[in-house]
Order: sequence, then C-alpha cells, then structure tokens
Amino acid sequence: MTNALSKLLETRDWLMADGATGTNLFNMGLSSGDAPEMWNIEHPDRIKKLYKFAVDNGSDIFLTNSFGGNSSRLKLHDAGHRAREISRVAAELGRDVADAADRPVIVAGSVGPTGDIMEPVGSLSHADAVEIFHEQAEGLKEGGADVLWLETISAPEEYRAAAEAFALADMPWCGTMSFDTAGRTMMGVTSADMVQLVQSLPNPPLAFGANCGTGAADLLRTVLGFSAQGVEIPIIAKGNAGIPKYVDGHIHYDGTPDLMADYAVMARDCGATIIGGCCGTMPEHLHAMREALETRPRGPRPTLDKITAALGAFSSASDGTGDDNPPARERRRSRRRV
Amino acid sequence: MSEEEDDIILSELDDEELVQQMFDDLYDGLKEEIEEGVNILLERGWQPYRVLTEALVGGMTIVGNDFRDGILFVPEVLLAANAMKGGMAILKPLLAETGAPRMGSMVIGTVKGDIHDIGKNLVSMMMEGAGFEVVDLGINNPVESYLEALEEHKPDILGMSALLTTTMPYMKVVIDTMIEQGLRDDYIVLVGGAPLNEEFGKAIGADAYCRDAAVAVETAKDFVARKHNQMNA
Repeated sequence: MTNALSKLLETRDWLMADGATGTNLFNMGLSSGDAPEMWNIEHPDRIKKLYKFAVDNGSDIFLTNSFGGNSSRLKLHDAGHRAREISRVAAELGRDVADAADRPVIVAGSVGPTGDIMEPVGSLSHADAVEIFHEQAEGLKEGGADVLWLETISAPEEYRAAAEAFALADMPWCGTMSFDTAGRTMMGVTSADMVQLVQSLPNPPLAFGANCGTGAADLLRTVLGFSAQGVEIPIIAKGNAGIPKYVDGHIHYDGTPDLMADYAVMARDCGATIIGGCCGTMPEHLHAMREALETRPRGPRPTLDKITAALGAFSSASDGTGDDNPPARERRRSRRRV
Repeated sequence: MSEEEDDIILSELDDEELVQQMFDDLYDGLKEEIEEGVNILLERGWQPYRVLTEALVGGMTIVGNDFRDGILFVPEVLLAANAMKGGMAILKPLLAETGAPRMGSMVIGTVKGDIHDIGKNLVSMMMEGAGFEVVDLGINNPVESYLEALEEHKPDILGMSALLTTTMPYMKVVIDTMIEQGLRDDYIVLVGGAPLNEEFGKAIGADAYCRDAAVAVETAKDFVARKHNQMNA
C-alpha cells in the first residue's frame, strides 16, 4: 500500500513524531475536565497552533487532537453523536498545517481507547468496539489524515478491534500501547506479548510501539523488549518528559529538553524508528530532540544500566520478560476447568 | 473417570481446607465455588463476620498482594473481585442483622472530565473485599457531587481517581473547595490514577496517593485505625 508515511519510511531511517497534546493545550487555557477535542470546533486557531508547534520544531509526524474523539468518550461531554465530525475537523486542521509546511509532514489521526473494558472481563463487545473505532476512523479519513494512529491502549482485545475497524475504513495505521504497570500494560501485556499480537493481525500496522506510561527510562526498556524479538515492523517510542509534578496550579513534567534529547538518541539506539514524546513534551523539548537526532551519531544498543544512568530509575524491577519474573501462586490442587 | 478424582467436593473438606480452597478459588475468580463455600461455612455455624474476614478478606489479601507485586494484572483481579462479590451478596444482609463491626466507609469517584473507571472500580472492589462499605459515584464527578455524597453518607474516606493528565488537576479543585467550606479535616482524602505520584498527592493536599488498589486498601486501613485512635484519645 502506498501512503505518505510508508514513502517517508523508505527514504529515512528515523522519523520524529510530536510531543504532548494535553500539556500544550493547558498552556493555551484549556481547563481541567473539559474535552480537548471540542476545541477543534471552538478554537481551531489554537489547535492549528498546537500542530504548528510540532512542525516548526522538527516533527515529521504529528497527531491530531482527537485522542478522546470516539463516541464512547465524547458522550461524557454530550457530544457522542459528533464523534465523526469532531475527528474530521481535527484532521482537516492538521491537513492545512501539514500542507503549508516546506517538507513532507504526516498527519496521523489520533485514536485513543474507548475507556471501557472489553468482554469477557468487561462489558464492551468486540462488535461495539469495532463500530466505535470505525466511526472515528471514517471521520479522520474524511478530514484527510495520512494514517490512523492508535495510542495508549492497554488491552489486546481493544488493539485488535481497532485494527479491524481501520481495515473497514481501508486506512494504513500505527498503534502503540501504554506500559505503565510493572513494565506491562494495565491488562498485563508485556513488550514480547505485543510483538506477537502485532504480528498476528491480518492488517498489521506500519509501525507499532509504546507511548506514555511512566517515565522515559521505562519506555526505553519496553523498546528494548520489542527489538529483542527481532521484529521487522518499525518501532515507535513516544515517552513522557519525565514524571508529572504539581507546580503553581499546573502540571509540570520534570524532564528537561536535554534529558529528552538524550532519550531520543537512546530510543534510536534501542531500535526505535519513529521517536517522539508524550505528556509534558513541549516545543522546546522537540527542538532539542530533533537537533540531537540530526547531530549525534548512532551508538550501540544501550544496556539497562546505561538507560537508568541517563534517564533515571525504572518504576519496577522486572518488566515481565526474561527469567526474573515473580513466581506465580501455587494452587493446592488443580480444579477441573469447565 | 480420572477427571473426577481431580474434582473437589467443597462440602467434604474440613473448615481449614475449605478456607484454603476458597483462597485458591478466589484467586482463580470462580464465583459459583465461592458462593458455595460461603454457604457451607454458614451452614456449619460460622458467624457471617468470620466468613467475611477469614475466608473472603483473607483470599482477597492474597490477590491484592500479587497484584501489588506484578504477578496478577487487572483482568485476573476483576474476576477475583467478581467472585468475591458473589460471596458478599450472601453475607451482606446477614452482616447487617448480626451487627458485625464496621471496617469503615468510603465515597469514591472519578473526577470531572474523566470517564476512566477501571482503576476506580478495582479500588472499590478491593475495598469491599477488605470489608469497607463503598459508595461509588461513578465517573465524571464535579465537585458538587462529591460534596453532596460526603454530606449524605458521612464516610471516613473520600477517594478520587483520574487517568488523564488533563483531569488530574481537578482533584485539587475538590480539595480546595473542601478547605473553603471547612470540611477538609473531617475526611481522609486518598487519590490515585496512572499519571499521579506521591509528590502530586502531597502538592494538592491529599492525605495520601495510592499507587494501586492493594496499596489503597492498606492505606485506608492505616488511616482509619489512626482516626479511630484519635477519636478515642
């Protein structure tokens, strides 16, 4: 399939994605609790400004302001019926900004989780999840997104449902999960599990990886876990700029631009092809990351010690891969399973 | 058939073995088996409170510890909590009748703008699993709904949850309003959610940040015990 992202991936051996959406919008006056996606309609100028932050500071790819733009999330703001429209406008604004740039820039239509737990543990059916994702995918496609970009997913069932929806929309896609619980996703998926999941899909993503989660160090451990599987699909690293702190009434992430520059170069050495930030990654961080990626040489795969020395400690001793897992509970007797 | 040799007949186990088996069954999320086990213990003359604390709370403590230690994850814990709920449904009316001691109570909800309730539900279930009474306000709660619930239920604890960096600052809005209205010191305020950390909890004026549902239960027990000590002092 020919599309703008796969073309760019053919000509470059690394690409830079964007940084934070929420953190930047707060700085423009978004209040806590309001849906950032409504600003696509109410303040299109601010959303374009957000996209321009990324383009002007070296991003090759930026994500649209549609993370919470599925009907399941928007219904909370009484806008569930507007999912397709809000996503379409998010992409249209992105198209305007990307087309005005003096180099190829990819508009990636952001798709976040539904917020519901899927069957059998939860109540959301596969069919309903596909329908929710499909509606948003069609909106993003209409608005001119080059690719769809699934992010912050924790359940494999939800990742699969979104993949199926993107096939229905006939769109190329990328998809990242969030590894925030002892090196796994909230639902217990390890980096190795995700590689298997991605490779088992009938329409695999153009690139896959990790976003958000805990700090930048944890994220790179996950990327090392991906690349250890010898996977050929390009890997995405979108880590947070440190951890959030509350300073003078605002959330502030403690990762400096220098730290994120180190993170970006190390992410590439860990095997990532598409490198960006997530929460707390501001224009100045992106600027430093781009400069580092362009000027610093590639190095060997960093060891875990080197990662923690540069970026801080991991949030857990193990990430569920390898042999140092905590032991599973011994049952007294095996029960016959029905 | 050899399969039948593996099959466990709960009613044939003695009390101690039965409780041990219920720990395993809770761990494996087997709701019907837990309901059966609760009924057997009650038939054998156990007090409802003893069934709750020794069999159910004991079993959920193991689940909670393994969740804390990264051995179990959300899907398994939800299944375990569901099994626990089956047992609780039998015990609840009996506990009220027998005037069993109360562990404490909590009002909990996800803050305004946030529809994520997975973590909050886990805390809710694990708190119930530890014997607390829980009033769950659901998702997307403005400060008014927290205050109304505090007024109505007079809980020991207020719990707030947020998954998004865009919604976590709202916790401070709630706490600041409680301070303004002179209510803050009447309650233990616990906060949690993926993007939070201890420093954030302190900065917004919460009593504690709880990393996960298991920690929430331990923290709640701790604070409630301290609160009761203070009241008796």
